[in-house]
Amino acid sequence: MLRQIEGSRAVAETVALCRPEVVCAYPISPQTHIIEAVGVMVKEGRLAPCEFINVESEFAAMSVAIGASATGARAYTATASQGLLYMMEAVYNAAGLGLPIVMTLANRAIGAPINIWNDHSDAMAVRDSGWIQLFAETNQEAADLHVQAFRLAEELSVPVMVCMDGFILTHAVEGVDLLDQATVDAFLPPYDPRQVLDVEHPVSIGAMVGPEAFLEVRYLAHLRQLDALHRIPVIAEEFAAATGRHSGGLVRTYRTEDAETIIVAMGSVLGTIKDAVDIRREAGERIGVVGITSFRPFPSVAVRQALAHAPQVVVVEKAFSIGHGGVLATDVAMALQGTDCVIREVVAGLGGRAITRESLVKLFYKATRGELGALLFLDLDVDVVDREIDRMKATRHSGPSAENVLRDLGEPRVGNLS
Amino acid sequence: MFQVRIHGRGGQGVVTAAEILSVAAFDEGRQAQAFPSFGSERTGAPVVSYCRIDDKEIRTREPVMAPDAVIIQDVTLINQVDLFSGLSPVGFILINTSRSFEELGLADLYSRFPREHLVTCPATEIALEHFQRPLPNAALLGAFAALTHEITLSAVQKAIRDHFAGVVGERNADAAAAAFAVIETPTEEFVRA
Repeated sequence: MLRQIEGSRAVAETVALCRPEVVCAYPISPQTHIIEAVGVMVKEGRLAPCEFINVESEFAAMSVAIGASATGARAYTATASQGLLYMMEAVYNAAGLGLPIVMTLANRAIGAPINIWNDHSDAMAVRDSGWIQLFAETNQEAADLHVQAFRLAEELSVPVMVCMDGFILTHAVEGVDLLDQATVDAFLPPYDPRQVLDVEHPVSIGAMVGPEAFLEVRYLAHLRQLDALHRIPVIAEEFAAATGRHSGGLVRTYRTEDAETIIVAMGSVLGTIKDAVDIRREAGERIGVVGITSFRPFPSVAVRQALAHAPQVVVVEKAFSIGHGGVLATDVAMALQGTDCVIREVVAGLGGRAITRESLVKLFYKATRGELGALLFLDLDVDVVDREIDRMKATRHSGPSAENVLRDLGEPRVGNLS
Repeated sequence: MFQVRIHGRGGQGVVTAAEILSVAAFDEGRQAQAFPSFGSERTGAPVVSYCRIDDKEIRTREPVMAPDAVIIQDVTLINQVDLFSGLSPVGFILINTSRSFEELGLADLYSRFPREHLVTCPATEIALEHFQRPLPNAALLGAFAALTHEITLSAVQKAIRDHFAGVVGERNADAAAAAFAVIETPTEEFVRA
């Protein structure tokens, strides 16, 4: 049923339709509304049988999810930012153990300095953990991806992270067509674990593996992710057949057929990018968009097919590897090796900085004229940066940059974390 | 696309107002998107929320920077926040106050925007009258419906009743109707704009 609903609520309702048996989470902005709503549904008996386990930290949340999943329960949790970092060890363990946990990541920047707003730094921090990472463009897709995520996770025995932009999606109220129970039940069969902890038939999982076999175990994990590259589009097609909606898949293209410049991005910024591309199209420029839904596994072949005909590719991403440059851009460059594509990296939207259509239109205007450098920070306030650089040159004891920059800007500090 | 920016303070239902407006538009078969200015939602702090209404898919995720209407829930923000930034030259301004634009020192707005698009509404007083709490958001949505005709009063009232259960919803819906009437049939007592 189509409802005007908050993104977090849409995800919570959809997760409930997936019949998780154990939900464990620790609240952190901007994930909180999701978990509150799931908790209420469990308490009211609308989601049953399901145990909602209050835990004292994110480390415990993922550890409980691991225990629950290993005993054969469908397990769900959600987190963001510092919470993800706090559960990092268990995040790797969940993947290493091959446990099909589904987790919502309400994407948020990582401190210091403290910042509760959206970017993709948290997802990038666990890029190599062995989790599948799917990025939602809209709240409709965020909701739909959760159903596909449980199916994918349980088919392959790999945990899946559904990434949705914190606040921008989680707190946005918009139309979402919620599935009904029968449709979800038909699409998502009961969890049949590949391995299960059972006191009647004791086994060990997570045993020590030495140099003689660790490489092979890791390679097998890689093969499962490569398998996912085949399963993700199939599951998306089956989902489309069942619901009439095209959510998920590996990559999605927009006006790329004759494009000479293609913008690559992930998540909710794709909407604003498409609006900006339409404006430049009206001005006669050949420009298109490729949205990447599956970041891990990275769909190199699909990316190459979507991009290789374009002379120029501009990767707009909400994260970067400090001291290097774009993370997504590096993966895109790998996928395009051997082609003549010129790749431009644009870092944008860090810590919740609004990515405006106006800035994007200017960026694309420059891009189509070949005026972009290799790495650009969109809307960087150069004056503020220069003042801090001068201060650092002038005195050894120049103090913390974050506080200095805030003082230069003369803006009130935001101290609230609710 | 019609874009609305709502300014107020934490605790006044600024975020809720945008959400209710979006639900009302949705109920009338339109596409709508509501979202808060994120993070600073603590009691008393300046808060901004946004609502977009359109007849086609709304893809953009940027904050509303060029609104077609601005709703000011708390008049004490006037000297603190750039309330009218980016407002369309034919935009609407709705301020929650029992005073006039002149009394607020905002008479210069008459030269920048169509006079009939600028109204004040004593929404807090209306709220106090109807449910004894100084929460002006529902009443202001009624006034917004009367001012802009972007949404009907009945859709606003339905969305209010959907959001607030029972008697609270009824009284907020009544407050919306009262504020609607104030703007539709201005009297010297309420609107001196």
